[in-house]
Amino acid sequence: MESGVVILIGLFFTVAVYLMLSKQLVRILLGIAILGNAVNMLIFTNGRLTREVPPLIPDHLYAPETATANPLPQALVLTAIVISFSFFAFLLVLAFRAYQELGTDEVNEMRIAEPEHDQTPPQGY
Amino acid sequence: MAGSSVSVDLSQAMITAPVALGDWLVVAPSLITILGGALCLMLRKNTDLQPKLGIGFLALLVVANLALLIRVLDQGVITMVMGSWLPPFGIAFTVDSLGVTLSLIGSIVAFCGGVFGAATVDSTGRRYGFYPFLLLLMTGVCGAFLTGDIFNLYVWFEVLLISSYGLLVLGNDRIQLDGAVKYGVLNLIGTNLFLIATGMLYGIFGTLNMADLAMKVAALENPASGTLATVAALYFLAFAMKAAAFPVNFWLPASYHTPNVVVSAVFAGLLTKVGVYALIRIFVLILPASRGYMADVIALVAIATLLTGAIGALAQSEVRRLLGYVVIAGIGSMLAGVAVGSTLAVSGAIFYAVHSIIVMTALYFAAGIMNMMGGSYDLRQLGGLYQKSAAFAAVFLVLGFAVSGLPPFSGFWPKVILVDAAFADGRAWLGAAILFSGFLTTLAMGRVWIFAFWRGGPEGTADGETVAVTGETGTQLSGAAVWLPLGILTALVVYFGLQPEWMLELSTQGASGIVEPLGYLRSVFGGQG
Repeated sequence: MESGVVILIGLFFTVAVYLMLSKQLVRILLGIAILGNAVNMLIFTNGRLTREVPPLIPDHLYAPETATANPLPQALVLTAIVISFSFFAFLLVLAFRAYQELGTDEVNEMRIAEPEHDQTPPQGY
Repeated sequence: MAGSSVSVDLSQAMITAPVALGDWLVVAPSLITILGGALCLMLRKNTDLQPKLGIGFLALLVVANLALLIRVLDQGVITMVMGSWLPPFGIAFTVDSLGVTLSLIGSIVAFCGGVFGAATVDSTGRRYGFYPFLLLLMTGVCGAFLTGDIFNLYVWFEVLLISSYGLLVLGNDRIQLDGAVKYGVLNLIGTNLFLIATGMLYGIFGTLNMADLAMKVAALENPASGTLATVAALYFLAFAMKAAAFPVNFWLPASYHTPNVVVSAVFAGLLTKVGVYALIRIFVLILPASRGYMADVIALVAIATLLTGAIGALAQSEVRRLLGYVVIAGIGSMLAGVAVGSTLAVSGAIFYAVHSIIVMTALYFAAGIMNMMGGSYDLRQLGGLYQKSAAFAAVFLVLGFAVSGLPPFSGFWPKVILVDAAFADGRAWLGAAILFSGFLTTLAMGRVWIFAFWRGGPEGTADGETVAVTGETGTQLSGAAVWLPLGILTALVVYFGLQPEWMLELSTQGASGIVEPLGYLRSVFGGQG
């Protein structure tokens, strides 16, 4: 089961990198959203995927009898989902405001902070 | 999964005694800033009260960090585990000299930023949350410096990142939105890489506690191979992005000159240094073998960063953008310390981080004052500021000397240590790059001083003439809270230059504490480490 999910994660990363290499800000943001999901699935898979085995420890033992899914990565993923979701929401609003103000979503045309034909500092004294 | 035959003494894990009152000091920096941030947020419409509250909480933060430093010097490394779970199961805050030194210096800088902000952030900026964001930024910064858990470090990184987004877009100018897009996207990708590496590290070792990780990595037969090499490379890329090292430094010069100058000042002082701190913590404490394996790569990146920063600074005519490149050059020096990796080199990197936090913030403050006096950030339009305030011209010269690494100011000693360590390690090129970068920085800073202060007026003024400058004079500014922060930071620069023993001892202690982490491990695991 893990190997199938790993291939899926690889696909997610591929799509994310492809989208982030684009010049359109919207596509970059979609890439970031997919990257976040890829990372979450990676951590989730790291904790072992087992079906229908509850992580319960019998009374007389200190560890589960059979291999179960590790619940800690699932807790980590919850934290990471919340964080990446809120960042994505912020970046969406930021991109929209930037589009309103700058009139473009093409990153090559966003040259307000670093003007294209910048003057050099004074040469003589 | 551990076999069930292992005998566990559960009575040891059953801790019912309350946490000692002194141990609460460990989380005090994060608590104070969260509480302060929440309070300022509730009172955000009361724009007169905000600066007082904000500065008050930041002063409290400085006091808490100072008390924590004294306690660490007195008792060695302190660990507090949340909920009294035995490590490695609970989230541990482990405070050593390295973390608490940077946390203290960072809080001093934030306090100065709070005071400077009282003069430069208008009531709109206050209403939209300058002080809450600044306090919450410090929650993230102090938390990152003090935590002993690697996933917790990731969470603190995100706390400081989201607060920095808020500060960066405060004011909502076109130029800010442009800068924030680049800053936002690249930094988020950086933290995602950090998260990938952390997830994989947990997959390998099944623990997130830094001390536990350090022991488990050291126990491996071949600790630089296989998956761990991938993890190390990912960590290096992630923190290099955070620290703005070449070739992933482009977000810094694109964004640091866009917000209010006090925001730039705090960012330039703190954010990149948190990245460098994480790099030191992970590569020296947890993955020393991978650091040795990657030393040549790190050294190359350090040299490239040193040169990009210095050459970039020479090419700028906007003072804040110039300073952005000077920040990058400083990151190169610290990376050089990580590349060499001996106790001496790491102590040099720590000292340099302290110096860089102070001096970069002070320089951005100075740039802000130059703008208030001369009405511009551009070297072509600045000029004749010496006649406005000779004392300010002297202060800027001191800061310029310090950032270039000239004696007798704070930048000199760490550079001596780093160059010495690089030569001792047989990396003469690295030492030469540090010196050459210092030389180019001297040129860049000297040019700022000559154009903005020494020259009679803006570009085109004939030699020997002076033109009246239209901005506010030094005495007009003195009523505002702009001189105190600059004064405090310049005094620290001069103090660490003339009396470096104290900081040298602290940084050496911090470095030896992670190069040979016995004290760190003992603090987390009791006697058995």
